[in-house]
Amino acid sequence: MADYQNLFTTVQAVGPVHQGVALGHGNSPRTGQPLINYWVGKLGNAQLGPIYLGGLGLASLFFGLIAFTLIGMNMLASVNYDPIQFVRQLFWLSLEPPPPSYGLSIPPLNQGGWFLIVGLFLTASIFFWWARTYRRAVQLGMGTHVAWAFAAAIWLYLVLGLFRPILMGSWGEAVPYGIFPHLDWTAAFSLRYGNLFYNPFHALSIVFLYGSALLFAMHGATILAVTRFGGEREIEQITDRGTASERAALFWRWTMGFNATMESIHRWAWWFAVLCPITGGIGILLTGTVVDNWYLWAIKHGVAPPYPEIFPAMVDPALSSGGKP
Amino acid sequence: MNMQIIHSTRIALKSASGRWGQVLGWVLAGLMVSGCERPSPESVQSGYRGTGMVQVYNARLLEVKTEQNQPPVAIPSPGSDGPKAAQAYKNVKVLGHLSVGEFTRLMASMTNWVAPNEGCAYCHNVANFAEDSKYTKVVARRMVEMTQHINADWQPHVAQTGVTCYTCHRGQPVPNAIWFKSDPQPQGANFLGDKAGQNEPSPVVNLSSLPNDPFTPFLLEDQKIRVNGPTALASGNRQSIKQAEWTYGLMTHMSNSLGVNCTYCHNTQSFQNWTNSPPQRVTAWHGIRMARDLNQTYMASLTEVFPPHRKGPTGDVAKLNCATCHQGAYKPLNGAAMAKDFPELLKPALAPTKVAGQ
Repeated sequence: MADYQNLFTTVQAVGPVHQGVALGHGNSPRTGQPLINYWVGKLGNAQLGPIYLGGLGLASLFFGLIAFTLIGMNMLASVNYDPIQFVRQLFWLSLEPPPPSYGLSIPPLNQGGWFLIVGLFLTASIFFWWARTYRRAVQLGMGTHVAWAFAAAIWLYLVLGLFRPILMGSWGEAVPYGIFPHLDWTAAFSLRYGNLFYNPFHALSIVFLYGSALLFAMHGATILAVTRFGGEREIEQITDRGTASERAALFWRWTMGFNATMESIHRWAWWFAVLCPITGGIGILLTGTVVDNWYLWAIKHGVAPPYPEIFPAMVDPALSSGGKP
Repeated sequence: MNMQIIHSTRIALKSASGRWGQVLGWVLAGLMVSGCERPSPESVQSGYRGTGMVQVYNARLLEVKTEQNQPPVAIPSPGSDGPKAAQAYKNVKVLGHLSVGEFTRLMASMTNWVAPNEGCAYCHNVANFAEDSKYTKVVARRMVEMTQHINADWQPHVAQTGVTCYTCHRGQPVPNAIWFKSDPQPQGANFLGDKAGQNEPSPVVNLSSLPNDPFTPFLLEDQKIRVNGPTALASGNRQSIKQAEWTYGLMTHMSNSLGVNCTYCHNTQSFQNWTNSPPQRVTAWHGIRMARDLNQTYMASLTEVFPPHRKGPTGDVAKLNCATCHQGAYKPLNGAAMAKDFPELLKPALAPTKVAGQ
């Protein structure tokens, strides 16, 4: 019984390589000679390529590479062009936004000017890539769900780097381009605005983030568990319920009284995924612009629990004259 | 459809990969435990349950720290009888009111505390002890005044425990932990690659990428440390996220210097709120002001006295921060009350002396 566990790919179905469907007028030919790779087949489809580049794809790559190179060159220059230090310190290096004193004006190149230029190119690259996902979906006769899910992530990106800095009146509010520096920025953001955990939109975002992981695990596990009945052919199961669908549905109905359906589970997943950056973006956008101190906000509205005071009564020493200034 | 099915040859894979799998397994297990600390750290609750108010201790490291923070035995006091130092010696400006016995005892103690290997000659011209020809003597006199000032005027921070030269020096002419303004960033060209005073693995901020000279703005200048606003809704608090990073850098230095977590002074529910903070936070608040006062009033005044090789890359004088005294202990020397054996260090007897550049 236990020989069909189906956790890893054991069987690869391989046909002759194919270029995909014929495309209409105005589409570019696809690039690259397709090949079959056994190890790629372990992860997904064993056929690699061809890829559709097209005008939007090339534009996106072009602007993206400029942004990538500018960030990399700034990092390299910050270690005095030492390639060894560049590798050793890579996670610490960063391209910083301008000092807050520049407000929304254009700073000198080395005082955040590069940061703004990179922001422009990176945003252009992302927008071209978004348009590409949209147009490819339309050309294939698909819905545009992927593009709109991507747009949810772009919303959060724009809130962090464009909308909020403009509302705050300072490019210095934007997130640095660096591995550790952007994490420090995140911690500093929470510290500056009085504990982001009391931001209800931050809480919602976490719900959808962890919820997405949970849903993904539940759905993936359910489908793998019924592949022995053909459950991985989800589209067929949607239009023509088979025993795989029935068993999967019964499993959850019996376990928790409610079950999603073969099609609705994907709506669940899609909405959980897009709501994570959408709610997160709202939370970031409200921070500093509307709410300055989330802890005080939570106290005011009864969100933060009142803990008993167990330390001797403490007064801000800056208010008393007991000590030195 | 002409489909070709590739079956993975499971049995062959098993025998070939068995040994390698085992090796890989051990390597992975080794990697997993390589980040572990020995022995398991002990966490001690210090606040209301569920608020994460804990201190984490490693018994092994604590033992090392305890050993490093033992105070030296004090030389017995000869009493205050007899002629005064000011009468017996020349050029005694700060400690002239001591008896000759007390005076020489303090001089001998200072030698033990600061220059045990170099001896009297580290500060004195042995041919003429009264002479101020060595810069070290001018510095030492100023430092005695600083010690008296700390013990007399900074009791909100040092309490009755007080400090002596040994609190910082620990048997070395230059204390372990001092700071200079950071070296200007080396750059091939100045039109790109600005680090904005951060983004390198600096020990000052515990190898994080936070701003690595939080001392100049906060412990030398009087820049605003607080970034939180007083109201729930936005009401004109213009402190930026970048400023929060500088404050974060200073706090990381404090946490590191004292060997404690954030929760030693703060309730992380609200770093700003004083009502739910441990009382240590008030002590630390005075400590920041004390360090600033000492750097401004005492260290900066010695800038011209120190020779170039004792100065920083930008020519500034050595300055102190939390680590200078604390050296990893929540209280310097784990709270050993050394100063009580040296009453002459507890309060200034005379008006401060003038030094060059003041």
